[in-house]
Amino acid sequence: MSEQAIVDPDIGYQLIPTEASDYATQVDHLYYGLLGLSALLIAILVGLIAVFGFRYHRSRTGARRPRIAGKAGHRIEIGFAAMLALFFMGLFYWGSHLYMDVYGDEPSDITINVIGKQWMWKVQHPDGTREINTLHVPVGESVTLRLTSQDVIHSFSIPALRLKRDAVPGFYTTARFTASQTGEFRLFCAEYCGNDHSRMRGRVVVMSRADYEDWLTRHGEGPSPAVAGKQLFQSHGCTGCHQDSAGAPAPALDGLYGRTVPLEGGDTIVADEAYIRDSILQPQKHVVAGFQPIMPSFSGQISESEIFQMIAYIKSLQPGDWHQDDASGATQ
Amino acid sequence: MITASHAEHASGHYLSHDWTLRGWLLTVDHKRIAWLYAASITGFFFLGGLAALLIRLELITAPGDLLSSETYNKMFSLHGIVMVWFFLIPSIPATLGNFLMPMMVGAKDMAFPKLNLLSWYIYTVGGIFTLAAVIAGGVDTGWTFYTPFSSLFSNSAVIAAATGVFVVGFSSILTGLNFIVTTHTMRAPGLTWKRLPLFVWANYATGLIMVLATPVLTVTLLLLGLERGLGIGIFDPALGGDPLLFQHLFWFYSHPAVYIMILPAMGVVSEIIACFSRNPVFGYKGMVISIAAIALFGFVVWGHHMFVSGQSLYAGILFSFFTFLVAVPSAVKTLNWTATLFRGHIWFSAPMIYALSFLGLFTIGGLTGVFLAALALDVHLHDTYFVTAHFHYIMVGGAVTAYLGGLHFWWPKMTGRMYSELWSKVAALALFIGFNLTFYPQFLLGYSGMPRRYHDYPEAFEFLHILSSLGSGVLAIGYLLPLVYLGWSLWRGPRAPANPWDAYGLEWLADSPPIKHNFTETPKVTGGPYVYD
Ligand code: HEM
Ligand SMILES: [Cu+2]
Repeated sequence: MSEQAIVDPDIGYQLIPTEASDYATQVDHLYYGLLGLSALLIAILVGLIAVFGFRYHRSRTGARRPRIAGKAGHRIEIGFAAMLALFFMGLFYWGSHLYMDVYGDEPSDITINVIGKQWMWKVQHPDGTREINTLHVPVGESVTLRLTSQDVIHSFSIPALRLKRDAVPGFYTTARFTASQTGEFRLFCAEYCGNDHSRMRGRVVVMSRADYEDWLTRHGEGPSPAVAGKQLFQSHGCTGCHQDSAGAPAPALDGLYGRTVPLEGGDTIVADEAYIRDSILQPQKHVVAGFQPIMPSFSGQISESEIFQMIAYIKSLQPGDWHQDDASGATQ
Repeated sequence: MITASHAEHASGHYLSHDWTLRGWLLTVDHKRIAWLYAASITGFFFLGGLAALLIRLELITAPGDLLSSETYNKMFSLHGIVMVWFFLIPSIPATLGNFLMPMMVGAKDMAFPKLNLLSWYIYTVGGIFTLAAVIAGGVDTGWTFYTPFSSLFSNSAVIAAATGVFVVGFSSILTGLNFIVTTHTMRAPGLTWKRLPLFVWANYATGLIMVLATPVLTVTLLLLGLERGLGIGIFDPALGGDPLLFQHLFWFYSHPAVYIMILPAMGVVSEIIACFSRNPVFGYKGMVISIAAIALFGFVVWGHHMFVSGQSLYAGILFSFFTFLVAVPSAVKTLNWTATLFRGHIWFSAPMIYALSFLGLFTIGGLTGVFLAALALDVHLHDTYFVTAHFHYIMVGGAVTAYLGGLHFWWPKMTGRMYSELWSKVAALALFIGFNLTFYPQFLLGYSGMPRRYHDYPEAFEFLHILSSLGSGVLAIGYLLPLVYLGWSLWRGPRAPANPWDAYGLEWLADSPPIKHNFTETPKVTGGPYVYD
């Protein structure tokens, strides 16, 4: 396993990595701003030490001259602290603003699932195409990465996009970007994850829309995640409780995604991806009002990538979908 | 100001009176305990240094060729664990602090001398567990022990190593307790809080952090042990646990812990700069307020280690805000040290060169901390060599440099001997140059994307890694030299007078080396510190 080949993209050393998105350029501006401020402060510090060290060297000083009086001293301290605090608040705002761009939850054009595992990255495209240690994306379109891990914590890091996000087992995290430049860029695992952590790296390939589609058709295999999810839904016997029309012991799932679900005990919860995931793996965590806690856990029977497919299926269900299925006398 | 009588005494000094194994291992004299600690942490420093050397050798070439990835991972884990818990946390407090806190407040000893000795024994037991972990094949979790890697996946000696750290925490708590009670109850007549040297203030604040934060680490490691041993599931998502909870708990201790490392260093530097510019520290009150502010705000910034971890967006923003705030008091201190030089009588002695190196390196460390506090920049820089460089500038460039400065400053007091002026300056310069050569390139590596804890890396990063490894050679000379000339001075150095630097502070009233109970007569204090003119 450790001898798996690494495909480092062919890029030489770059003091400032390629700015492969507008966001990367904006982060660099923040960097330059801070570099400027630091250079100024360090120049003043070193300058003062040099000047004082020379001017007030013990070989050169005669009679003592009065030091700065206490009051003036306080004013200098407070003025300096206030000035810095002001600068810092500006930087705080600047940094936070950009942070919301990558980690906020506005919708994207494409959502790609990424699963970390010792020691590789598994990527699932919306149409079901999969790849390992490489991420192909179209240029100019906003992409949301939805990350999780199958074992330990990993971190998906793309320096050219100034982007990084941990993949945490048991949770979903997201990160968003819009690449503005085609080309190949570095991909690293940035969170230490065991023996071959440093070999858990690869490439991000940004392509034109046409090339991306071409790539998908050449590599596409198998059904889309929603279709695959539907098959899993049946083969794991979920339909038995959830979908048998009359008097089903479990809630129907069509139109579930995004709805507010009332829980046993009076709370409510929004049915997002994490909720669906929890319901599959830890069904007792949130029991829907009016139902018995009888659902078994599928933990250990369904892999992270299959859970992504199930979620895709459930998300694809519109309100009333299952009734139509029944009415038209289709399957199940 | 200060008065004390230099009466004749027959008993000899603290080193001479009982030079037996028993006299050392059962001593309750804070000055001897300081030496027990000094010897132990020096041993651990060179053990951690050896691991670092292997790391730097491996990184000279891009492919992972010298060490296997398992060995490499064990080396950086050993390096981190030893340097943080067995060297840096005890460094200044347990050696210089132990020696000087009672003397600076004009006391005969710590408030609890036996607890003081106990803390060294606990430290030793913790050290033995850690060495046992190494002998049992080592540990590969990194010093951060992140779950679920440490709890479910690592095949190494995690329990032994975590037990070592768990145990050593108690020694830190006892030292902290002693500092707090000593400062409150043992001050000489007339030594009011406003007259305390900044070194005492800094160690007092450090004591508070030790007592308040360390128990959280203790509990965290206990939970880790239970999780790994019994699978209680608190951090395991498959059992409904939360792996990020571990990070919250870990950093709730470990962020304040970085202030355990840096506050005492700030105390040392304040004493040295005042002495060798023959000026009172500029803005004494501002300095004390900054110490308090750092200690306080240090408790609310832990989440800045988790900006990319998946903690909520708003938690990230709040932690960023507090992190910017905590940088302000540090900056004020830097301003005040610099202003202390103004219209002084500056003497570039070896301790002063160390102190000024501290000033420069700490400033770079602090400013790069501000880069990391800016959220979007941290997303890019987190877990890269930029972070490695940042905290080495603070912990090594700052804290270790100050420790060496303090060791030189008080060496004559502790040993009664003077060391070589020339060699000490050479060592201080080698440290400054070697340090920058080692760690400055790492900032550049980090911004260009080089991740931390990589054993094998893209060839493009090789040149800067070579520079860094070269620098570490120079740095090693800077650390080895003092061992030689300080060691030499013990036998051959000229006898030191009571106050070789003409410094202020109660410790300089005692003999060099001091008598067993420090002072023949309790000193009386009638004025503030740093009455240089
Ligand atoms: C001027 C004040 C400081 C600021 C604003 C600051 C800021 C930061 C930030 C935001 C990080 C997180 C970086 C990341 O992991 O992405 C960080 C990491 C770190 N800082 Fe600081 N810091 C400051 C002072 C210190 C001090 C005084 C120390 C130690 C004595 C220190 C030691 C560390 C360490 C050890 C880490 C990395 C821990 C790890 O991930 O292993 N910092 N700092
Ligand atoms: Cu990884």
